[in-house]
Amino acid sequence: MAENQTKNREIGAGEPLIQVKELCKSFDGVDVLKNITTTIKKGEVVFVVGPSGSGKSTFLRCMNLLEEPTGGHIFFEGTDITDKNTDINLLRRKMGMVFQQFNLFPHMSIMKNMTIAPVKLLGVKEEDAVKEAEKLLARVGLLDKKDAYPAQLSGGQKQRIAIVRALMMKPDVMLFDEPTSALDPEMVGEVLNVMRELAKEHMTMLVVTHEMGFAREVADRVMFLDGGDFVEEAPPEEFFTNPKSERLRSFLSKVL
Amino acid sequence: MDWEKYLTAEQFYNNFVADDRFVKYILGGLKTTLIITLFAVLLGIFLGFLVGTVRSTYERTGKLVVLNAVCRVYLSVIRGTPVAVQLMIMYFFIFAAPGSSKLLSAILAFGINSGAYVAEIFRSGIMSIDNGQFEAGRSLGFNYAQTVWYIILPQAFKNVLPALCNEFIALLKETSVSGFIALQDLTRGADVIRSRTYNPVLPLFTVALVYWMIVTFLTYMVGKLETRLRKNEKR
Repeated sequence: MAENQTKNREIGAGEPLIQVKELCKSFDGVDVLKNITTTIKKGEVVFVVGPSGSGKSTFLRCMNLLEEPTGGHIFFEGTDITDKNTDINLLRRKMGMVFQQFNLFPHMSIMKNMTIAPVKLLGVKEEDAVKEAEKLLARVGLLDKKDAYPAQLSGGQKQRIAIVRALMMKPDVMLFDEPTSALDPEMVGEVLNVMRELAKEHMTMLVVTHEMGFAREVADRVMFLDGGDFVEEAPPEEFFTNPKSERLRSFLSKVL
Repeated sequence: MDWEKYLTAEQFYNNFVADDRFVKYILGGLKTTLIITLFAVLLGIFLGFLVGTVRSTYERTGKLVVLNAVCRVYLSVIRGTPVAVQLMIMYFFIFAAPGSSKLLSAILAFGINSGAYVAEIFRSGIMSIDNGQFEAGRSLGFNYAQTVWYIILPQAFKNVLPALCNEFIALLKETSVSGFIALQDLTRGADVIRSRTYNPVLPLFTVALVYWMIVTFLTYMVGKLETRLRKNEKR
């Protein structure tokens, strides 16, 4: 497998993986993110919650530059991804992303969806990629769907495939953008199960979600984003049982 | 109208058999028409692909400002003027040298003309693909070009196939103005026979039938291809 971006040494568990410094983002003069500074450590499971329009998704999408920040810096494994000279395509390989709308490639079989990126980008041999994909598919209980096409799957199945498709690149962090928001209620559980497994394996995860119960159960840290800034952050027990700010109390009273 | 007098055995002999007219003018003309169409289609796809990609890249990313402007001039000129005029300019002005190839002039004129329409078909096809597909490709680490090539174009191509097919059918029929530069295509071939036999029925209806058969065959083949491409949408 071709290794990329080897200039950084291995980052150990508990060391900073993503450092966000004074991150700002505005759309047409409207400030969506205002001076956000935070650190996500390797192995940490961080949940971002907040009212709609608070900038949660924008924050997440800045992490792999799907949104271009208008100010500040984001360091991923020590590299400033907002630097013009950084090859974001190389860094994105190490950042898996899962979308609300799944975004599977409809013209490819499930197997092809999973193998195309490692084969084309990392130079993995087709047969090795297929073996790896079969292993991951078996883990999420969808091995029998490997030759199916996305249109033949349910929403929950699609999202599970989307997660393992991202895992095929062996990412150092997984970004989840409201992964269960487009699902019928009976399919939420199967997706959360896969995410729970990932968290147990100490995958670094940054999750934007409305699933408060799940956040409480799985998160190492929950951050409350409101009005473009993190108002409060705490370990889940404290976050949900003992909110300090009035805005978080008010938010929790509406969603719990 | 007096049909019968044009449809006698003698007329049939005069129009098709005498002087080898069927072979010379109908089959020979058909060959010319098919050669022009085939190479013009290839040139049209090539140009249309380039221009459509430039245009959609500009619309998606804001890059390629200058190239996009050039493409817009090309589209405006080609789509704003008749193909027969473009053909004559190509042959009588651009290829003005005596003895220059009529066939090559026709291929270039029709290919460049078709490219403009194909470009807009490709552009709309690329733009019709959901932005989430771009983002999924980019988030896996594909660059813009790779994302377009592996993820967007295969889907866009499937969506535009019917429109593309219609464009090529239109192109096949448009080559019938090749007579403007005295090129003996299928239509001109029929007209030559008509002018010698004074029979406006047999040669003209024959070539009409030939065009119709080719178009029907093409439509059928594209229908089959579409069905094959759609297999991944079945539930």
